[in-house]
Formats: sequence, structure tokens, C-alpha cells
Amino acid sequence: MTPAKALPLAAGYAHASGVFSLMFLLVLLPALSAAVLLLGGRRTNAWGHLLGCATPIASFVIGLVMFFGLIGRDGGQTRQIDQHLFTWIPVGTFHANANLLFDPLSSVFVLLITGVGSLIHIYSIGYMEHDFDRRRFFGQLNLFVSAMLLLVLADNYLLLYVGWEGVGLASYLLIGFWSYKPTAAVAAKKAFLVNRVGDLGLSFAVMLMFATFGTFSYAGVFAAAPHAASGTVTALGLLLLLAACGKSAQVPLQSWLLDAMEGPTPVSALIHAATMVTAGVYLIARSHPIYDVSVDARTAVEIVGAVTLIVGAIIGCAYDDIKKVLAASTMSQIGYMMLAVGLGPGAYAIGIMHLLTHGFFKANMFLGAGSVMHGMNDEVNMRRYGGLRKVMPVTFFTFAAGYLAIIGFPPFAGFFSKDKIIEAALDKGGAEGWILGLVALLGAGLTAFYMSRLMIMTFLGNRRWSKDAHPHESPRIMTVPMTVLAVGSLLAGFLLVLGASLQHYLTPSVGPSVEEGAHTMAPAVLTALTLLVVAGGVAAAWWLVYRKPVPVEQPLNVTPLTWAARRSLYGDALNESLFMRPGAYLTRALVFFDGRGVDGVVNGLAALVGGTSGRIRRTQTGFARSYALSMLIGALLVSAALFVVRAG
Amino acid sequence: MSPDYYLYLSAILFTIGATGVLVRRNAIVVFMCVELMLNAVNLTLVTFARVNGNLDGQIIAFFVMVVAAAEVVVGLAIIMSIFRSRRSASVDDANLLKY
Repeated sequence: MTPAKALPLAAGYAHASGVFSLMFLLVLLPALSAAVLLLGGRRTNAWGHLLGCATPIASFVIGLVMFFGLIGRDGGQTRQIDQHLFTWIPVGTFHANANLLFDPLSSVFVLLITGVGSLIHIYSIGYMEHDFDRRRFFGQLNLFVSAMLLLVLADNYLLLYVGWEGVGLASYLLIGFWSYKPTAAVAAKKAFLVNRVGDLGLSFAVMLMFATFGTFSYAGVFAAAPHAASGTVTALGLLLLLAACGKSAQVPLQSWLLDAMEGPTPVSALIHAATMVTAGVYLIARSHPIYDVSVDARTAVEIVGAVTLIVGAIIGCAYDDIKKVLAASTMSQIGYMMLAVGLGPGAYAIGIMHLLTHGFFKANMFLGAGSVMHGMNDEVNMRRYGGLRKVMPVTFFTFAAGYLAIIGFPPFAGFFSKDKIIEAALDKGGAEGWILGLVALLGAGLTAFYMSRLMIMTFLGNRRWSKDAHPHESPRIMTVPMTVLAVGSLLAGFLLVLGASLQHYLTPSVGPSVEEGAHTMAPAVLTALTLLVVAGGVAAAWWLVYRKPVPVEQPLNVTPLTWAARRSLYGDALNESLFMRPGAYLTRALVFFDGRGVDGVVNGLAALVGGTSGRIRRTQTGFARSYALSMLIGALLVSAALFVVRAG
Repeated sequence: MSPDYYLYLSAILFTIGATGVLVRRNAIVVFMCVELMLNAVNLTLVTFARVNGNLDGQIIAFFVMVVAAAEVVVGLAIIMSIFRSRRSASVDDANLLKY
């Protein structure tokens, strides 16, 4: 076989050596433990959760060492390390390589996935303690971590697609983890189907790349993209956006995320808040050379981001299910990230920054929600909460850190990242900049409103618990990860923004950030304005929710907008009337055509032949004299014919 | 003497034979009628051989006689064995080979 050294390496990539040669272990370790736990059966029950926690932690340690190794490389050395694992599909001169790429962008994702992932694994030991199937849970969670790491470490679109499908599978399995509940089984199926629509985009994009450029490695595609026909590049951008919409639950493929909350809460925290749903943002940031070239594709990303941002926020204002509010908030926050990466060169790093801070504070809040559910007999209705601050102090304080981070209260994480996005949107200039900036600003106000509503309904106010609820603080194994994430929510933004460190670090992967140009609005004024809007949102929540006791039953005399928001802005109804009903009619029509049309012709022909031969058969009477008669008639006919022909 | 008379005779004999085959039930009589038809044809062949002045027709007539002799052997044997098993020589009784 071809030795690794002889392989042509893309310009700017360095061969993995030293600590970087351990790159494959990042993916392999969780995959191995997933295999052991899922194939090992019940004999691994006793220690399965420990193994399940150990491998993400090991991956995290390796990732951390590699991260510092990457930082340690000074300016002269490239920070893009490529490792050749094996040639996956060798066909003639064409080789689909299984190569891993460790560069600044994938390194921050590796740390996010393994870091937050490890914390959530540890938390799950406590959360899933009473579940008889805890081992399987850890096996599938490890499968997810492995696939997600493959997704972010791949150095070509084909391998990325493997990881992409892997996380889709893990997401499906984990949403439907309690598959004995019909709602969970249906939710898993829905997530899988909606994701499939998006995956179609990615597979078409990979095919289009191969057809146009003859390669699907990042280096090859990115080198060729600026010289390709603009229509092709725009098509690529839109296909990748479709893929991102499916995975990241963006409009119009957003409907699955709310139902995905049927899965266990650690799954919601890891997959449906911190990591998998951000894969779409990763995909677009990773494909930045394509979006750098195509303004149309970028505009589409912006629009998707802005619309989802508002839609998610509005939905979040109306739901009473604590996890669904957080899920809607996730949609909205990913909308922010999409908006940021859609803004084009220079803004990719801002989107990634919000992605990282969001990974911390949203995972933190999901774990907090899980802790509340753990203490409240798995009650998710916030109207049944209230006054939990006193009985669950640790959960309250850690949740509050996430809350302050998401509404953008300085100096918590969200303040830095969200402010930057609003600023970048406004700086876009012109009508586009104003619209996007104001949408982002409005989103910030709505975020403040629905998160304050969640806080007030859960932790403050009167106690509206059901009779058999005896809320209690969660065990240490759950509160410690929450505390760590809360510290992350407090510090992450500050650390990332300090001296624009993240933006400089990401430059090799997503291009340089733009120079500080003319601002549409002075940053200080904008920050003050944003804080004012946020304060307005908090005040509105206080005015509407805190002032009077929260009714235990959902009030029915509400505005049409609230009705719409409670039905997730008719997203499901729209899908049903636009796709599901016509699809069902089409299927029925096809079944009818197949049954009556195709089968009818085939069966009719067979019946015709059968019936005719059944009748003709009757002429075989068995009487020799009748045969003699037919011979005579035949002979006469032949003679007559001959006579006629001769005479004619 | 005109050859036409031979041909008329031959046609009459053939018609009698064919009618016999169609209307009679007794296998022996049917058989005899078949022989009558064969010989009517023989007569025609010989007549035309005479008319055309060559021997081809006569030769074919000999062939027909030989084949007819062989056929008689096989046919009578079949009729005998049917008669032995069914105590009947009616062609209508042997009608098992049908649809």
C-alpha cells in the first residue's frame, strides 16, 4: 500500500508527529468503550458507567495536551496538523483518505465536546442512577462523543459526513432512549426524519464537490472554490446551509428539536444544546472559503439565522415545559451563531465564540433543569414549580450563572459573545445591517424575557408543587459538574475575548478578523443600548410573571400570538399541511395506481390468457372422430385456399 | 377410355371412406374406411402416372401400400389390445385422453 509519507499533503498542513500522533485516540477511545458497553451486555453493568466516563476524560486530556502543543507552535510553524490514518476507498488514481485534521477550529471543538461531554457523563452517573439501562445509556453517549469528534476532526467532507451521520444515529438512539414511551419513540423518529432532509443537502453537496472539483478534501475544495463558477459555489453554499439547518434545528427544519426533549436530560444538555446542534455552525465556519466567495449563500445564512433567532425566542416565551423553553432558547441562540457566521469574513470567529460560551451556559442550564426534575419526580411543567431557591440552593446558583450568561449580563459569558454579534450585524451597514442588528437586539430582549420568566416560575414565587413532590438538592456527583459549568459560564466569555485571543487563534482556520473599521454605532453606546433592552426584557418578565401568582393551569384567555407560540408558531402544522398531507395523498394515489393500474393490467392479462385457454381446452374432447372431423375441415380449408390462390 | 372415370371413382371411394371414418363407431370399420381412402388415393396416383406418362405416381402408390400394410399391423394390434381390456371396439369408448 501507499506509505503515508508519499501521500501528497495539502499546502500549509504539517504531518502529525509527537503528541499529535495520538490524534486518532481521540476518536478511537470513546468508540472502543461504546463497542464494549453496547456489545458487552449485562456483564458490564457493574462498571459500565465508570468506563463510559473514563474514555471521554481520557480524550479530553489528550485533546488538552494537543491544544497546548498547538499553541506552543510559534508563528513560523503551521498550526494545521494532518494525520493520515488509512486509505479508505482506493480506486485507480483516486484515493478517499481517512485523514484527521487538528487545527485551531477543530481543537476548540475537541475541547468543548470532550470537556463539557466529560462533565455531562459524570453528571449522568447520578442522574441515571435508578435507570435499569444505565450501561446502554453510557454506551450510546460514548458513541455520540466518538462520532462528534470524528465530525470535527475530519479533513474532508466525506469523513465529516460519516461523523455527521454518526451523531444523527446517536441522537436518534438517545432521544428514543426510553422507547417504551410512545412519545419518545415518535420524537426520535421525527428527529431522524427531519435530519434526513438536511443530510440530503450534505450528501448532494459532497457529490457536487466531487463532480466539480474531483475531490472532497477541505484543502482541495477550498483551493478550487474561488475559481469555480459562481452558480456552483452558491449551490454548494445553499446545500451546506440545508444540512446545517437540519442538524442545527434552524427554520425551516426546526421542528424536531422541541420534541427531542423527550430524551434524558443529560442528552439534551450534551447533544441538543452544547455540541451536536452546533455542528451546522461548525460546518458553515469550516466551509468559509465557499461562503467568502458567494454573497448569495451568505445572505441565505443570515436570513435563516435571523428568522430562527426570533422564532425560537417567541416560542420560548410561551412554553411551560422547562426543557422545551431551553430547547427553543437553543434554537434562538444557534440562530445568533448562524447570523454571525453568515455575516462573512471576519465574523466567523464571533459565531464560534458564541458557540463556545453557549456550550457552557446552556449545558449548565440543562443540567440545572435535570437537577430540578430529579428533585421533582420528573415534573417538567414550570407551573408546578416555584420557590425552589430555598430547597435547591446549589442548583439555583449554578442555574443563575447560566441565566445571567444567556441574557448577556456583564461580565458573564454571553455578554461578550452576544454583544459582538449585534455589533457585527450593525456594522454590516446599510438596510441589511440595520435590519439584522435590530433583529438581534430584539432577540436579546426576548431572551431576557423568557429566561427571566423561566427563573421566576422555577425558583421564585409561591410553591405550586404537586402533593407527592418532595424537592431536594441533587447528589454531589450532579452538583459538581453543574458548578464547574457555572464557573465556565462566568469566565469563558471574558477569557475568550481577552485581547481578542480566540479570534487570533482561529485565524488559520476561518481567516483573519476584519480590522476595526467605522462602526455604525459606537460600541459603548451599543453595549448600553443592549443592556437597556435586556433590562426591559427582565422588567417585562417581572411585571407579567412575578407580580401576580402564577396560575397552576395554563390560562386560556391569551393573545393570538401566545396561542401561536404555544403551538411553536404552527411549525408542525405547516409541515403537516405542506409536506405530510400531500405526501400521504401522493402515497395513496400511488398505491391506488399500483393496485388498480399496474396490478390490474398484469392480473387482467393473466386472467385473459387463463380464461381463453380454459375454454379452448374444451375442444380436446378425447373423441377420435371429432379430431378426424377437424382434420378433414382443416384439409378442406387448405385445399380451398390453394384453389383460391391458384384460381386468383 | 378417358382417365376421368378413374378420377371420379377415386373421388367417390375417398368420400365413402371419409364419411365412414366420421360416422362409424366400430374401430374395425373405421380402419377399413381409412384403407379405402388410402386406396382411393393410390388409384389417383396411378391414374396421373398414366396420364403424365412417367412412373413416379406408381412408385409412390407402392410406398403407400407398404406403409398401409405396416399401419394395419400396428393399428390392428392396438384395436385388439383395447378390445381385450374394455370388451368393446367402439372408438367413442376410448376417450380418456382429453382435457
